[in-house]
Amino acid sequence: MRNLFPVLIVTAFLIALWYAAVIPMNAQWAQDQARRAGQDLSFSALVADTMRQQRPRLPAPHQVAGELWNSTVVEEMTGRRGWWNTGSLSNRSLIYHGWVTLSATLLGFAIGSALGIALAVGIVHNRAMDASVMPWAIASQTIPILAIAPMIIVVLNAVGVTGLIPKAIISTYLSFFPVVVGMVKGLRAPDQMQLDLMKTYSATGGQVFAKLRWPSAMPYLFASLKVAIAAALVGAIVAELPTGAVAGLGARLLSGSYYGQTVQIWSALFAAAILAASMVAIIGLIQRVTLRRMGMAA
Amino acid sequence: MRDTTTAPVISAQGLNLTFQTNDGPVHALKDVTLDIAKGEFVSFIGPSGCGKTTFLRVIADLEQPSSGTITVNGMTPEAARKARAYGYVFQAAGLYPWRTIAGNVKLPLEIMGYSKADQQARVEKVLELVELSGFARKFPWQLSGGMQQRASIARALAFDADILLMDEPFGALDEIVRDRLNEQLLALWARTEKTIGFVTHSIPEAVYLSTKIVVMSPRPGRITDIIDSPLPRERPLDIRDSPEFIEISHRVREGLRAGHLDD
Repeated sequence: MRNLFPVLIVTAFLIALWYAAVIPMNAQWAQDQARRAGQDLSFSALVADTMRQQRPRLPAPHQVAGELWNSTVVEEMTGRRGWWNTGSLSNRSLIYHGWVTLSATLLGFAIGSALGIALAVGIVHNRAMDASVMPWAIASQTIPILAIAPMIIVVLNAVGVTGLIPKAIISTYLSFFPVVVGMVKGLRAPDQMQLDLMKTYSATGGQVFAKLRWPSAMPYLFASLKVAIAAALVGAIVAELPTGAVAGLGARLLSGSYYGQTVQIWSALFAAAILAASMVAIIGLIQRVTLRRMGMAA
Repeated sequence: MRDTTTAPVISAQGLNLTFQTNDGPVHALKDVTLDIAKGEFVSFIGPSGCGKTTFLRVIADLEQPSSGTITVNGMTPEAARKARAYGYVFQAAGLYPWRTIAGNVKLPLEIMGYSKADQQARVEKVLELVELSGFARKFPWQLSGGMQQRASIARALAFDADILLMDEPFGALDEIVRDRLNEQLLALWARTEKTIGFVTHSIPEAVYLSTKIVVMSPRPGRITDIIDSPLPRERPLDIRDSPEFIEISHRVREGLRAGHLDD
């Protein structure tokens, strides 16, 4: 709880900065409206107006928070298509869209982590893979995901793969890389002395892996999983953009920008950020529990 | 005092080892010939680069000699390693931070496929041997450096290897802890009757512990003197003030100096 105070201070500062920016960003529109109506705006009326426009350039924090609340709890509990009235999630709620994105993210993250770990194991144990895989892995990340995502979707669509899988593959594409890099480092963390010790026991390669390399790599694994899950979420959102997807946080961002619904865009952005932060926090929790049980207080 | 009619446990004949480095070949061992009998406590002493650690690593099959022959228990070092003929104690304790002390001692037993019950019994036995019985469930970071090194000795003792190879095990510890560990090591040696190869920088440590002191010198790494200690096996710490002890220490020092004069 001691480190909550600085966090709150910074948050308060950022919100104040945000409010301060809202006034000049939206003032033009407010003044234009007033001129058209032949009115004279006082400063306080101007400020009040910039905070409650329907389609502001920059929505105020309370508008975004209100939209987040309305499009989650209110929509599901009272909406005609909400969960309370129909038993299924409303397609107008951020919970529904968040879940669509989250499911692709989690699937992509799972595949990406497994692939990353498998590649790292191969790189550490196989000389040919050591020499050949890493340059390709790095090259794969230099291609802008926005350029390659539509192609992956189109190609998969052509062979009849649609829905969750293409998005998950793009998540995989982004999330395997930090896991490879982290796990190669982690599996190579044991020093020569520890490897020599294993040799004096005439341990097999499998035993060295299970008893030395794998446990040594744990702190590295969790660090890369945190990066990977955030990357997986970005991948899933990006995958929803070029396809005209009708569901998902990416779809909300896209439709928001089509119709100039800035409040909707910002609330989708915040939903994505909250989702990412929660997932990173969950991995952090698993990390703490695991490392504590391993005697490595982290 | 010892039965020297039986075959030596470790026997090296004309051993050479050359490392290829970027600065050209380094002659780490030159023409090393040495026999170690069962139950001996042999110290290797010399300045850095004299090949004492390299020789120990050759015995352990961690380095391959360039020429010459060496047998361990009558086998090649590789066969001896696979037969689990020795336990090795490194300069650093190298305990796994994610295992408790008992877990660390258990490590070689797990790898070698001992039964669960046997593992438990052996862990208890060797921890008692190094006086760490109460610390089985502690993690390494909860122990002092000297205790960690004792745990690593327990780990090397856990499977019944006849030979214990120790590479400057107490090098990083302060003198007071070191004295105590030396005393404990002698007691342990007397109880277990193992053959011990011990690398050290310290003359008093070598003389206090050993039945045989091998003095080595660098460039190329070679043996300059082999001293069979006349000290009795039973050695209280104050034996270090006896005339015999001082005389052997003097001879070791002379041997080390002679090695340096050759440079």
